Amino acid sequence: MNRQRLRGLIRKEALQILRDPSSIAIAFIMPFVLLLLFGYGVSLDARHVPIALVAAHPTAQTSGFFSGFQQSPYFRPRAYADIGAARQALMSGRVDAIIWLRSDFTRRALSGGSAPIGVIANGVNANNARIIEGYVQGVWASWLAAQARERGESLVVPVDVRSRVWFNPALRSHDYLVPGLIAVVMTLIGALLTALVVAREWERGTMEALIASPATIAEILVGKLVPYFFLGMGGMGLTVVMAVVVFAVPLVGSLWVLFLCAALFLLTALGMGLLISTIARNQFVAGMIALVTTYLPAFILSGFIFDIHSMPWPIRILTHIIAARYFVSTLQTLFLAGDVWPVIARNMAALAVIAVFFLVAVARISHKRLD
Amino acid sequence: MDANAPLLDLQDVRKTFRARGVRVTAVAGVSFMVRPGTITGLLGPDGAGKTTLMRLCAGLLLPDAGRVVALGFDSRENAGGIQQSVGYMPQRFGLYEDLTVQENLDLYADLHGVPKAARTARYGELLRLTGLGPFGRRLARDLSGGMKQKLGLACTLIRPPRLLLLDEPTVGVDPISRRELWLIVSALAARGDTGILISTAYLDEAERCGHVLLVHNGEILDQGPPAAFRVRMTGRSFFATAAALPGRAIQARIMSDAAFLDAVVQRDGVRVVMRPGAQLPALPGIAFAPVPPRFEDAFVERLRAASPMPPAPPAATPSGPATSEVMVEVRDLRRSFGPFEAVRGISLRVERGRIFGLLGANGAGKTTTFRMLCGLLPPSSGSLAVAGIDVRAAPATARSHMGYMSQRFSLYGDLSVTQNLAFFAAAYGLKGARRRARLRWASDTFELAPFWNTNADDLALGFKQRLALSCALIHEPKILFLDEPTSGVDPLARREFWGRINALAAGGVTIMVTTHFMEEAEYCDDLVLMSLGSILAAGTPAEIRARSRTPERPNPTMDDAFVALIEAHEAQVRRAT
Repeated sequence: MNRQRLRGLIRKEALQILRDPSSIAIAFIMPFVLLLLFGYGVSLDARHVPIALVAAHPTAQTSGFFSGFQQSPYFRPRAYADIGAARQALMSGRVDAIIWLRSDFTRRALSGGSAPIGVIANGVNANNARIIEGYVQGVWASWLAAQARERGESLVVPVDVRSRVWFNPALRSHDYLVPGLIAVVMTLIGALLTALVVAREWERGTMEALIASPATIAEILVGKLVPYFFLGMGGMGLTVVMAVVVFAVPLVGSLWVLFLCAALFLLTALGMGLLISTIARNQFVAGMIALVTTYLPAFILSGFIFDIHSMPWPIRILTHIIAARYFVSTLQTLFLAGDVWPVIARNMAALAVIAVFFLVAVARISHKRLD
Repeated sequence: MDANAPLLDLQDVRKTFRARGVRVTAVAGVSFMVRPGTITGLLGPDGAGKTTLMRLCAGLLLPDAGRVVALGFDSRENAGGIQQSVGYMPQRFGLYEDLTVQENLDLYADLHGVPKAARTARYGELLRLTGLGPFGRRLARDLSGGMKQKLGLACTLIRPPRLLLLDEPTVGVDPISRRELWLIVSALAARGDTGILISTAYLDEAERCGHVLLVHNGEILDQGPPAAFRVRMTGRSFFATAAALPGRAIQARIMSDAAFLDAVVQRDGVRVVMRPGAQLPALPGIAFAPVPPRFEDAFVERLRAASPMPPAPPAATPSGPATSEVMVEVRDLRRSFGPFEAVRGISLRVERGRIFGLLGANGAGKTTTFRMLCGLLPPSSGSLAVAGIDVRAAPATARSHMGYMSQRFSLYGDLSVTQNLAFFAAAYGLKGARRRARLRWASDTFELAPFWNTNADDLALGFKQRLALSCALIHEPKILFLDEPTSGVDPLARREFWGRINALAAGGVTIMVTTHFMEEAEYCDDLVLMSLGSILAAGTPAEIRARSRTPERPNPTMDDAFVALIEAHEAQVRRAT
């Protein structure tokens, strides 16, 4: 590689980045907007779920039971006088669930018999339905304990579950979604950056002049990679800052490990973009290919939202070739658990293999000819 | 190496491409050499294979058969060697539009390994040569078309190459910039050690080459010094004039006589070329004066030999007596883009059945004016009526009287000829019997029937042009707008096209046309010459030519007039600012 030629190419690219706002928009504005949209939009936490509380025969016991719901941040309860009105509210979508205490609830609860609690949940939103189910169990258990304490007895439960949630004790879904989101967004940004600019050179006819010049393919490729690597790292830095500052995700691991992994991951995305642009020499087609081949797989197959272990095995195998899969897991680990080297080293090795694969493939496919 | 050894040597080079499963031959057995100190011109219409040949010479494409040796490197064995040492300027030269003139030069100096110490002197020389000195810090995108081409040339010359390959450097460039580019290239060749291969679609540029290769359909039809082409045509070129007849009428009369090979309207008469051995016939009222032959005569003869003589242009039958109905009326039209005033208060008036030409250098405001006339771009101020309808108030109604054909034809490439016609008929609201009649008319008039089910993309350029014209005319517009309609088509197709336009005008259709070909300006009844957004000169072609008459140049061509008028105007504007 000739240093003068390489320097010339990198300087040219840097000047273009500074003058043409589109690559800056892709590197900074796009991740900013996407992260805000998804960060606030995608949440698996159920909060303020509207529920109907129906006590056919209100007593101190029923209101004691219901108070467990009223203080919860997860629900926005509303009392209904009878089950008919509550059903209508459920049907019309005003509430997502009905907690129904029949008229004999108080009698049966006080008599020591088993008192049935009716729970009707709208299963269309399966996630909320499951949370409501679980929560009702919890309220029921603590209500029983409170009842027992009132009577001066201690509730005898044969098994006592003492669960501890590690790494994300508050069980905030943001804390693991946002790091995953960074991986998904940066896959798209990295691929778009290189795919669009190389396709643009083909469209404007500058590529033909470049190919006909003494510059080698390696120089042309490195001349593209280096400036967009720094631009991409800038975008990556922005997303990390946003995760910590805007979404208040704790960053437990060390920053240098994070940036080392990010650099490796960015190489895979940029390499993918270069590969796309050597195939599609048109910005529109390159953009569409980048969207379909990077963003969608990263969203669906990276384990960012959908758990990889619960996928059927052929798809599980497929996820191994998605670079975002390794980066999602690395970021989640680094943000929430810290520098867990066994996990990180394995992921970094996989990212390195993918990066080398893409870059070698690009160098092999590109040649200094037009046909 | 011998000082006169060829720098470039092609031997029986062949190249085919595969397009939609069909093999298309782009270059069919071409052999030629380029020697130091000569300018070799590669001349031919679009699609002749010029660009493919250039790319083969630069090692960007490899031949299917035959050999390309440039500066001692065989392209098949060492294409890298060729690219290390030749200077190649592709057609759409690779200037980075968001870099300045200086930054573009720096990039190419880096790529070609020009040492830092040598740069100042080299830059100075190139900027002087191209006249770009004062624009070093201007962005390439803000340069005019001609200046961009000169900058492209400067970048290609950054490390003086022994072999220079220039692919249509003068295409789409106004006559002034074309002259300047040729001066640079000629000066380079005059040094004696550089060989230059230059391709062009402008046949008049052949005269500036030392050796000419005439390319058509991937083959070299003929080659030799331009003088040799002319000598063959000696005694066969005449200039026909008639006191009472306009040029177009003389042409129509001449084309119906088999003794003539070619007839082109020029100045106040018609330039004609005789068939070999034919006698000058006596045509009443028409006087013939011998004129020196030119390169294009030889080209037309070769092409006519390769393809049979086309029918004479359809006879012009005016529909009804000539009226002085005003079809286009423009008063003080202005258009600004931000602080930049693209059109600065122009007024013009076109009567029915006239051919009205809009000439100007790149960036003169022709396209902006055209778009406003067509109702595609609202004017900033001024009044604008087409076919008696105020375009600003009722653009849609005005458009139903207009046909528009752009340089790029605006056809649907994946639709067949009949589908394209049917679409444009539907778009203009043609129905039932009228629609059927118009489709039949298009098929008959433009002889499109053999290609009825061919996709537009697969048509030859000349037929594409016919289809585009028939689509523009499908709704029988009163006024036809043609935006550089003949860019890149061969001289025969161009003649045929103008024959049709003349017939339309004679039939009462008003024609508005922009063109870069100065000789085509002669086909117009009235012209306006635009520069920097204003009308510089208006009148008949003869009147415009007369305005640049000087003692040294008693009989200027349209090209001379264009250059003289625009240079004088630009100098005046520069003095004023």
